[in-house]
Amino acid sequence: MPCRIPMELRLREQGERMTLRSRQGRRAAESERRFESVLQLPWAFAMRLLELPMRGVQRVIGQGRMPWVFVMPNLLIFGTFVIVPLFINFYYSITGGTDLFPANRPFVGTEQYDLLLDCEDYLDPFSCRQDRFWRGMYNTAFFVTFQVAGMVGISLITALVLNRRIPGRAFFRSVFFYPVLLSPVVVALIWKWILQREGLLNAFISDWIGNKTLWLVEPGWAMFWVISVSTWAHMGFYTLILLAGLQSIPGDLYEAAEMDGTSRWRTFWRITMPLLWPTMLVVLVLALIKSVQTFDEVFVLTGGGPGTATQLIVQYIYETGFATQIQNFGLAAAASIVLGVVLLVLTLIQMKIGSGKGKW
Amino acid sequence: MFDRTLTFLTRRRGGKRWHITDILTWGYLLLGVLMMFGPVLWLVMSSFKTQAGLVEFPPTFLPYSQQEVAVEGYDKPLPLFEVKMPDGSAKVMAQVRRIGIVSQMVDPENPGPPIKVRFQDRTPVRELSFAWENYITPLEQFNFLRYLWNSVVVTTVATFITLIINSMAAFGLSKYEFRGRTSILVFIIGTLMIPISVIMVPVYLVVTKFGMVNSLWGVILPGAATPTGVFLLRQYMLTIPDELLDAARMDNASEWQIYWRIIVPLALPALAVLAIFSIMWRWNDFLWPLVILTRNELYTLQVGLNAFQGELQVQWHYVLAMTVVTLLPITFVFAFLQKFITTGIASTGMK
Repeated sequence: MPCRIPMELRLREQGERMTLRSRQGRRAAESERRFESVLQLPWAFAMRLLELPMRGVQRVIGQGRMPWVFVMPNLLIFGTFVIVPLFINFYYSITGGTDLFPANRPFVGTEQYDLLLDCEDYLDPFSCRQDRFWRGMYNTAFFVTFQVAGMVGISLITALVLNRRIPGRAFFRSVFFYPVLLSPVVVALIWKWILQREGLLNAFISDWIGNKTLWLVEPGWAMFWVISVSTWAHMGFYTLILLAGLQSIPGDLYEAAEMDGTSRWRTFWRITMPLLWPTMLVVLVLALIKSVQTFDEVFVLTGGGPGTATQLIVQYIYETGFATQIQNFGLAAAASIVLGVVLLVLTLIQMKIGSGKGKW
Repeated sequence: MFDRTLTFLTRRRGGKRWHITDILTWGYLLLGVLMMFGPVLWLVMSSFKTQAGLVEFPPTFLPYSQQEVAVEGYDKPLPLFEVKMPDGSAKVMAQVRRIGIVSQMVDPENPGPPIKVRFQDRTPVRELSFAWENYITPLEQFNFLRYLWNSVVVTTVATFITLIINSMAAFGLSKYEFRGRTSILVFIIGTLMIPISVIMVPVYLVVTKFGMVNSLWGVILPGAATPTGVFLLRQYMLTIPDELLDAARMDNASEWQIYWRIIVPLALPALAVLAIFSIMWRWNDFLWPLVILTRNELYTLQVGLNAFQGELQVQWHYVLAMTVVTLLPITFVFAFLQKFITTGIASTGMK
């Protein structure tokens, strides 16, 4: 056996060589080291403390079972807060009463679902017993259609603009990305302030129209602004993905097109769009799934109002289960399972498209 | 002539002329900067206005407030106005009181008996001033420092836990072959798309069973084992060569030592991306804390801010200032790490 002292040293050398070889290069390695040094002390201390007991554990259960030790904490939390609840959710939806603890809940079969689906005319939410559920469904469908279409369209235009050879591209990329990081509550409050009666928007346009519009009080405008605000907040994210897709299109294709004297318009439809399509699909599906789950920014911006004009499906679940005097957990669970089924269908469509198109 | 000027103005390096698309591009980018930063800038400027400045219509961009002056013989400082005198000259005077359309005014320099001035003949004298009390009052009198502290605790503790348990799991799932590995992976990836809104009721039950309702742990733990984090870290760790691990084992390193002395340092770039994600998720989290936390002193900033704007519908000056406080940390993180963030997101497709 060769001399064994410098294991740590050797590893560190190897590690450093590897990091340096990584794409980000020297600068990233430097910032990593800085990042490391800040966290290193408490981290190294805790880890060193665990070293002895962990060695004991390894001796007792053997090296072959060690992966379980590593996976276990994550799995425990994951199982407790995701997997188990998935099953309990079904149980809730087939039991009634207002008690939180499953043992005290009487079995009611499909009563909750019957209640949700009890409608005289499915096209008219007011004829349903749970009219707020159906109102939420229709609002969500409307919201998703226009939000996804508008947002992906604007994101595409932005990505195309950012893909041109312009100075300061990194700056502009972050400009469009900045609102993505803001919390939904902050986003909603920023716009609530602009859209209020004496707000900035009315100051700009009341000179032309002559009167002040109550943007969040008129149902049609409220829906328009809810869609616009959520587009504003999230488009940067999809722009980034589309931009990455655009940049992976080989440049010589464009050169060849230019040499042939192809018009820009034709180049766009014949080269850019077909090659961007796989990325586009990912973006569409991600945006769709996110959009169906929208809650926070709408809740803070309009509270679902005026009336129920902008109340989406997640808000219905939240209010049925947690925000009313009588907490109807069963009904909320049933509604959330309906939502889950919708999401599952969307995910399956994604997988279907994914397998059909090969790898993205 | 005009043609020549235009040619000169649009001349570019390399001899190429400006194409119409160039102009459209720059127009779009400028509009983008205005649309994306404008609303935030407007919020920041508004947060420095006094209550009186906020209800002014049409609003001004900069925070102005009316100048006030202490006048002999009056307890309170009096607001200053520029008054158009009957002879056409203008004079700065302090208003004592206003009755209907008539104001009673005095000269602040030598206060005599008040003279009557018509309402429309006076304009307020204003100066640029930042109303810092919008920030100080809610932080001192309301629970906002508490909310801020809660948010900081939730964000740091949760990010720390997430990083440790996710990297451990990713290590176990990427560097070992064992029975059950595939099923664990399938489970984790299968739940990537399950949002908290779908399993809200039963998670609430579980949290109640553990006695964690109205405790910050109830906010921290349920989201700690992120499938996205495990997935991201595992993909990265797969690229670390196995020979390194074998060499360490030959040198009598325990598996735990391999994890924290080799894997973690080498996976730092991926851990940094996950850390940024986690900070972003936790700081901005709203629906789950809203469900779990019902006691005011446990609110996180987001929940507190929402409660605050519901309670004090009219107190926009405080709401705006506290919104700025809420968005500042994330803005700083972004300003310093934006390259990390944008490349991280572009390469993983996650938010």
